[in-house]
Parts: sequence; structure tokens; C-alpha cells
Amino acid sequence: MSRESVSKLPEILRKYERELLADWMEQQLASPTLRRDLIKDADLHTQSQEFLNLFREATQKGSLVDTSDSYWEKVRDFLEPLSRSRAEHGFTPLETATFVFSLKQPLFDRLRKEHGRDTEGLAEDLWSTSVLLDKLGLYTTEMFQKSREAIIGRQQQELLELSTPVVLLWEGVLALPLIGTLDSARTQVVMENLLQRIVETGSSIAIIDITGVPTVDTLVAQHLLKTVAAARLMGADCIISGIRPQIAQTIVHLGVNLGDITTKASLAAAFAVALQRAGLTVQKRAGNEPPNAR
Amino acid sequence: MEHIPILKMGDFLLVSIQVDMHDRLALTLQDDLTERIVQTHPKGVLIDISSLEIVDSFIGRMFGNIAAMARVLDADTVVVGMQPAVAITLVELGLSLTGVRTALNVEKGMALLQNGSADRESHNGRPED
Repeated sequence: MSRESVSKLPEILRKYERELLADWMEQQLASPTLRRDLIKDADLHTQSQEFLNLFREATQKGSLVDTSDSYWEKVRDFLEPLSRSRAEHGFTPLETATFVFSLKQPLFDRLRKEHGRDTEGLAEDLWSTSVLLDKLGLYTTEMFQKSREAIIGRQQQELLELSTPVVLLWEGVLALPLIGTLDSARTQVVMENLLQRIVETGSSIAIIDITGVPTVDTLVAQHLLKTVAAARLMGADCIISGIRPQIAQTIVHLGVNLGDITTKASLAAAFAVALQRAGLTVQKRAGNEPPNAR
Repeated sequence: MEHIPILKMGDFLLVSIQVDMHDRLALTLQDDLTERIVQTHPKGVLIDISSLEIVDSFIGRMFGNIAAMARVLDADTVVVGMQPAVAITLVELGLSLTGVRTALNVEKGMALLQNGSADRESHNGRPED
């Protein structure tokens, strides 16, 4: 405690608040990591001022070593949404952390002036201030990372929901256009959606279109077979369509056995088969020209 | 002892499972059904499992066995109305019941049996597929 008691940091923050803010702003504005396209100077000024205020309050009362106590809560509460909003606006971790780290230079300058010839005290104070700001900077980075992970998680979920639509093509004919790689988790969602829709619509034919599936390896093929088997158990036949030339080659080279599943090159061909099985035909009306496209 | 009713409807036998299956009941059903098939010579057997919500590997295998036994006794088997969750479970258990015919509901299952038997007659007793 005796070391902390001689620290001039709280005093400096109290005495030279305005000067510090000015120096800090200058530092930040001159920094190559400043993103003028993402944040306005005025906003940055407000944020800096607020942070400096909270930082000063915390140093007056709280510990200068441990930033996890209750006095530092306000500072942390301020940094968290700041990191989050920066993560959302597209700042890099470097640019976000620089916000805190760039305060070092102005603070150290002041400390040097205050301590004068007392090198022992200066070194002591520089060290503790440095550690303090490092902790806050790392906290900012951690929060930044967390919010990025939250964004990624949310997007994955959205993608999962978006990418597995089951559409009713005709009465009794469902289509499932698959986009993206089929992993176990997605297969589960796809399967559940498809089976649920089969029950709801009473469809007896489902077309699984894999035009949007980039690669079909043994695992993906196994997932497809599982889906087809589950649909068959419920009494619906599946047709796999949209098999690209490369995929056909891969399937054969890998020795994947698609069994007796009907496969078609295009969704149109599969739909024709489905209509045929349902006992329907599509016919052109005689003597009735289609209206010209406007 | 508990029994699952087996109804005769024209040329077909109708089994509707309305209770939770347990191993004992499944074995009883297997006995009763084979007995009835021999007695009545049906063209087909329709098993409705739309009320069945839980299956395990044993019950799953039972369906396969029952269908295989019915085929040996010259009757087509159609399993109808399987719930999505049941279908997923069976597939995950590796029981895809190959050789068992399936349909979405009793109506479609009946149509399938009727078509199947009509085909068989027109093909001089040669089974289709």
C-alpha cells in the first residue's frame, strides 16, 4: 500500500485533466490507427473525456493494482459497450485497443514532469500505470473478441435457418434446395424441417436439390442418405437433383453408393419425374400463344 | 394379457398401434399377427404407427421382422404414419427398414396395398419391384 500511497497518478489525473485530454486527443488523432471513416472526432472526444473522468474517479478511490474491484466497475462498464460498438462498426482489435493504450504517452509525460529527479519514484509509478493501462487495454480486447464471437454465433444461427427452406412445388411435391456444406448439425436441421413439412403437407415426393452444395464427400453423402432414409420411413420418396458433373465424378471415385435413390441432373428433370409419379402432365395449350414479355 | 387388436378389412389386415410399445407387447403382436396371417391369408398388412412417439432399437427391429415374416407368408406390409421424430431415431439407430413399404397415412397405405395386389394379379403372381 505504501507504494500506491506515493503514486502521483491520482494527483496528476486530478490536476491536469484538461491537459491530459488534449494531449491524448492529439495522440489519438495523429495515430495511424484512427478510423475517421468509422468514428467522428467529436464522438471520440466525448468518449475520451468520459473514459478519463471514470478513470480519474477509479484511481482516487480504487486500487491502482487490481482493476477487478468494485471501484473499477464503472470503467469496465464503460469499456464494454465501447468495445462492442466498435466491433459492430468494423474496427480491428488493434484499433480498438489503441484507444486505451494511447493514453500511456500523455500520462507518462506528465509523470516524468511531476517526479522530476526522483527516478526511483518515477520508475515505480511508470510501472504501475503501465500495468494498469495494460489491464484495461486487454479487457477492451477481450470484450471486443467476445462481441465478435457473439456476432459470429448469431450469423451462424441465421445462416442455418436461412439455408434450409422447404418449399411446396406442387400439391404433394416438396423441394429442398440445399445451399452450403452439409455437416451433422445442418443435416439434423434439414432432416427435421423436411420431415415436419412432409407431415404438414402430406407430400409423398420430396426433391432434394444439391446444386448449392459445393462438395459431396462420403460424409455428406452419408448425411443425404440418412435424410432420404428418414423420409422414406415416413412414406415419402426422395429424388436427388442438381448433381453437377464434378460431383457425379467425385461420387463415383469415392465409391459412394447412392443405392436405389432416383437421381436427376436438374431440378426441372426431377420435377418432371415427380409430376409423372403423381399422375400429372404439363401440356401446352393449343392455339394460345403466350403473352409477349413487356 | 395386453393385446393389440388386429382388424380384418377385406383382403387386408389392419393393425393400429395406439399405445406405447414395450418389448413384451411387440412380441405378442408378432405372434398374433403371424397367426392371423396364416388363418386369413390376407394380401397385405397395414400397420399404423401414427400414435407411436417413442421407439428403441428393439421395437425398430420388430417392425423389420414383422414385415419380413409377413413377406414369407406372402403378404405385403405397409407401415404408415411414422412421426418425424421416430423416423429420425430409427435412421440414427441404423435401422432404415429396407424392404418395408411405407406411406404417409392409412389412406395412402391402403391405396398402395390395393395397387400392389392389382399389380401382382396382372403380373401372374410375380411380385413387383
